[in-house]
Amino acid sequence: MTALAANAGPSRWWRSRTVRRFTSHHLALLGVAMITLLTLACVFGPHLLPYDSLYIDLRARFSPPLTGDHYLGTDPLGRDVAARLFMAGRTSLLVAFFAMLLSTLIGTLVGVIAGYRGGWIGAALMRTVDGFLSFPSIFLLLALAAALKPSPAMVTVIVAVTSWMEVARIVEAEVRSLREREFVLAGRMLGLSGAHIMFREILPNAMGPIIVAATLTVAHAILLEAYISFLGYGIQPPLPSWGNMLEGAQQYLDSAPWLAIIPGAAITMAVTSFNFIGDGLRDALDVRDDRV
Amino acid sequence: MRGFLLNRLSQSLILLLIVSVIGFLVLNLLPGGPLAQFGLDPGMTQDDLDRLKEQLGLNRPLLMQYLDWAWRLLQGDWGHSFRDGAPVLAVIGRHVLATLLLMGTSTAIAIAIGTWIGIRGATHRYSLFDHLATVGAMVALSIPTFWFGLVGIYIFSLQLGWLPAGNMYTIGDGSVLNYLHHLILPSVVLSLVHVAIWSRYMRTATLDAISQDFVKTARAKGLSERRVIMKHVVGNALLPMITLAGVQLPSILTGALVTETVFTWPGMGRLFLDSLGYSDYPVVMGLLMFSAILVILGNLIADIAVAIVDPRIRLG
Repeated sequence: MTALAANAGPSRWWRSRTVRRFTSHHLALLGVAMITLLTLACVFGPHLLPYDSLYIDLRARFSPPLTGDHYLGTDPLGRDVAARLFMAGRTSLLVAFFAMLLSTLIGTLVGVIAGYRGGWIGAALMRTVDGFLSFPSIFLLLALAAALKPSPAMVTVIVAVTSWMEVARIVEAEVRSLREREFVLAGRMLGLSGAHIMFREILPNAMGPIIVAATLTVAHAILLEAYISFLGYGIQPPLPSWGNMLEGAQQYLDSAPWLAIIPGAAITMAVTSFNFIGDGLRDALDVRDDRV
Repeated sequence: MRGFLLNRLSQSLILLLIVSVIGFLVLNLLPGGPLAQFGLDPGMTQDDLDRLKEQLGLNRPLLMQYLDWAWRLLQGDWGHSFRDGAPVLAVIGRHVLATLLLMGTSTAIAIAIGTWIGIRGATHRYSLFDHLATVGAMVALSIPTFWFGLVGIYIFSLQLGWLPAGNMYTIGDGSVLNYLHHLILPSVVLSLVHVAIWSRYMRTATLDAISQDFVKTARAKGLSERRVIMKHVVGNALLPMITLAGVQLPSILTGALVTETVFTWPGMGRLFLDSLGYSDYPVVMGLLMFSAILVILGNLIADIAVAIVDPRIRLG
């Protein structure tokens, strides 16, 4: 029976314990549904809507939602909020996704080396992690954003530079606990290179926590991009992002509250989705619960 | 205790060193580097800048420049604001209290509510309350603080008219009540994320404490469940929370910056943004270093506090 189940394993991955656990996690499924919906809307929405995100209609300024074809209303220049929201979603989600890739890469690299090498190299690397964590992330982010020209690529890089530390910590702890295991000793005995052991032997065994951390990093990156763009130092207009759509919204809060409420709701929805998915993955992949 | 203190203190000093290196690198990334504040002056020619560079020793090796810069920081010479020529530390000093007031109030709110939710969730595990608290915490962590602030202003200031939409006090009215009235909305907004974090950790810590032997003993003695929880469980569950309060400092500071912007609160966060807007880099750098030092100090104090309260750490 067990042999059968084991044989069935690789060909029927969708029946594996991990997948079953994930699909029985209601919040995670809700997260997947929400983010899929949001992504589809951002990809196809702009093509289906009657207005272009940059089309300025000065006669239709400040139209509240559900005015004619402006389903989510218009902004101070008469641009369609729905079209802008979906275009902005492309920017925000792409920036967050690539920032996640980059910060996971940096964090994993630092974590694996620090955890495997240990000694003074490990200590120096992990103290650097602590050093970066000592700065309130927004202060560091804004100082860097002011110093470097904030193109979308640069925003991605600086978001990654200020959010790789959590991954590094998680990977370091995981690798340190795996370092003395038999399969690693066996690898060393076989004369495999340090790099081979680190990245081919240990890393695959640490994938669970990395995947969970990466998912939560997407959520974090969406928030960080929104913060600095809201403050005017992130993604620059005319390219819309969820954060910079909110930039001028406060002054119209009384007369046009939808300008503030709609993009923020989209951010909350996206971030919640990734947090839900991360929670589901943590349960499904059996990752220790040491983060909120 | 002495060994622990020395060990912890040296860790903080090393961290301070690393933080200063990161800060120095950021300073050199700024457009024009340390000379940025002069480069913006239209009366400056390239010759002047070169001479200044020579005078300030900016053509020396980077290591020498760093040592010089760090030494001046240590002596309290943090440079002068580009805007009004006031010493950077004095400028920061004028804004620290407002931020600390906001952070302190919102932390108190977060601790009070978060502790309650956490304990109730742990003692009524898997109840409807527990599930709602879990989901609620995850949603709360996903809401951008500044947006929550905008929604708060829209509802409580613009629609209901109950609370002021910004500032720390009404000009001409310096009463304590007026300050409190202005403090409510921003500190509640800032506390949302930390209520979520605090309640999750408190729930875990309470569950840990409940499974300990001394709780069984207390129950066996015939103490009421309420007494067991209040006296034996909560006391022990709160211990790791002291460390958490220290660890959360950078995120509270980050939240405070964003909250201050939305509520035009005259703290360090607003100062940071204003200085950035004026390219007042000495103040920007000062705030960056000051906040990091504040965080390191906060963590140190939290760890020492835990050691004082918990004999296992003090003696172990």
